[in-house]
Amino acid sequence: MPTSSNEIVSLRNVSRTYRLDDIDVHALADINVEFLSDRFTVISGASGSGKTTLLNMVGCIDRPTTGSLSINGIDIATLSDDALSDFRARHLGFIFQNFNLIPVLTAYENVEYPLMLAKVPPTQRRRRVEELLDAVGLSDRARNLPSQMSGGQRQRVAIARALAPQPRLVLADEPTANLDSTTGAAIIDLMRRMQRQYQVSFIFSSHDPSVMAAADDAVLMRDGRITEIHRRMPPPPILEEVA
Amino acid sequence: MMTNTLTLAARNVLRNRRRSLTTIMAMVLGMTAILLFGGYRQSISYGLLTAYVQRGGHLQVQHRDYYLYGSGNPTAYGMADYGVLIDKLRTDPVLAPMLNEVTPVLQFNGIGGNFARGVSRTALASGVVPEDQNVMRQWNEFGTSSEAKPVALTGAVENATVIGTGLARTLQLCGPLHVVNCIDAVPPVAADVASAPAMPADLATLAPAGVGDHKAADTQIELLVANPNGAPNIAALTAIKAEDVGVKEVDDVFMSMRLSQAQTLLYGRSPPRVTAVQIQLHRTADMPAAQVRIQKILGNDPRFADFEVLDFRKLNPSFGQINAMFGAVFASVSLLITVIVLFTVSNTMSMVVLERTSEIGTLRAIGQRRGGIRSMFLCEGLLMGAISAAAGTTLALLLAAAINHSGLSWMPPGRVDPVRVAVRLWGEGPLILYAAAGLLFVAALSAWLPAKRGAQLNIVDALRYA
Repeated sequence: MPTSSNEIVSLRNVSRTYRLDDIDVHALADINVEFLSDRFTVISGASGSGKTTLLNMVGCIDRPTTGSLSINGIDIATLSDDALSDFRARHLGFIFQNFNLIPVLTAYENVEYPLMLAKVPPTQRRRRVEELLDAVGLSDRARNLPSQMSGGQRQRVAIARALAPQPRLVLADEPTANLDSTTGAAIIDLMRRMQRQYQVSFIFSSHDPSVMAAADDAVLMRDGRITEIHRRMPPPPILEEVA
Repeated sequence: MMTNTLTLAARNVLRNRRRSLTTIMAMVLGMTAILLFGGYRQSISYGLLTAYVQRGGHLQVQHRDYYLYGSGNPTAYGMADYGVLIDKLRTDPVLAPMLNEVTPVLQFNGIGGNFARGVSRTALASGVVPEDQNVMRQWNEFGTSSEAKPVALTGAVENATVIGTGLARTLQLCGPLHVVNCIDAVPPVAADVASAPAMPADLATLAPAGVGDHKAADTQIELLVANPNGAPNIAALTAIKAEDVGVKEVDDVFMSMRLSQAQTLLYGRSPPRVTAVQIQLHRTADMPAAQVRIQKILGNDPRFADFEVLDFRKLNPSFGQINAMFGAVFASVSLLITVIVLFTVSNTMSMVVLERTSEIGTLRAIGQRRGGIRSMFLCEGLLMGAISAAAGTTLALLLAAAINHSGLSWMPPGRVDPVRVAVRLWGEGPLILYAAAGLLFVAALSAWLPAKRGAQLNIVDALRYA
């Protein structure tokens, strides 16, 4: 499938239907959208509008019931389960609402884990992990377990982990939902900086208006359908970092 | 700081210490129980082997068919030229280094009588070389608790005999031979020994001086036998001791004497024969090689054409039967313990997978393959299995040492002396190795299904799980 030069994700006529008891629930219906590279894109909408389902599709952790999804021009439907895992390990980064760090691993090891999955040699791994922990301001917390860190710090580790394998695309599902507003703003700001610094595309879901204001592009959803797509150029300025 | 599957598994095992400890303890107890019972079984097996080999050697050369038909008429299966055979065995360059002792024995039937008391009884007698038998009784390759006593004929007079306590009772020799819990009862129809007729003249002519003498020593007995040609012969023997043989049927007929005495009685001036040549080796492991070599020696000499060599297992079927019985009990106990451990570990691993559902979703999302998830949980199961195997082995060795030094004893069937309760574990590498491998296999098997279930989880569903 031909793709435009700055298009990273393309969804064509994508729908996703879940079977709940005996009822079909249409989580996504006839989605047609392109996400552009090196952009900070927010997917917004009310609860149940299909934001997370759309992110799951783009993150290749769920498959469309109908329609096609391609990332970097690769039709995801053609990949086997293992190939898809490898694809996620090399090309995608994830940031979760609940941080989802591995509790028995230190901050350093959490960031290192995806690099091991991507079979990055140890020396490069060490350099990359140290660089990322430094970038998110957690060099002094490298040996801390997630339980020894605050919510904001955990999410910073999660951001570093998502960026570790040098992905083309980072997906974040409501990354600030479990943080207070100040910390949430700082996290958004950090994500924005990382996106620019590492020239990676960020797609995240949020219904926070201030977060939407920080985005390059905004995709608005309702009842499993895309209602509006806003693309802004140039990108807005970085919010002032709050500790 | 590098994390691999093993360190991740180790940290996850330590995550819920109490549950991991409970699971490991269940496996440790299972491993310890299997090892202790296995060690006890080994101890019994070695004890039996030692007892049989001390009394009959590892191998016996006999006349062909003696094993199957000889008990009815042992002397008909006498082996001529046995001395030549023994020399050949002792000097054979291949066989000689393996040999501990080679000794002839002669088994025969007769009627033992106490003319002085008017009683008699059929007897199963054997002629042995006491000095050789003493060497055989010292054999203890496996260091069992066997306390080998020298045979009672050692240093005794030429016509001495040792009889079973049952035979002593029948021949009314309880008093003279100091048999415990035995009274020389007067038969319902008492013989008037004083007025009894003397020994029949025809028998008396066969007998040496002293036979049938009412005034003879109170330990004198007469043994009447038929020689290989069917002619009767009789000897006066001095019963020097009554020994409990352990099995009543044998104890009631047992009689032992010097080989030379037995041969004189059976063969007179004819060339003496024996019914078997017992061969005891230094090492039981040499038995197959020794058997092959002896068969070759027998095959190379026409004088030995009718001889065959049998091992102690063939000669004592009870050895295999007792081992098989304990093997079956051991297998049943092991199976039961295995099932308990299997369910315990499986339950734990199912709980672990359930609790870490969200984590599984995260790992899968960031690129972990299904196989990686399976490996992670399998590794945890195996790690707990390995820890349990090490701890179980250590505990079992300590308990075995405590039991072996406790001084506890028991009386096995067919034995006359109590045997120390022993658990043979130290040095039993294969037993420990098999038990440990079995435990690891059970741990892996227990973890397999939950691990597979975890790996098959839908990523989105797993991430939603809180």
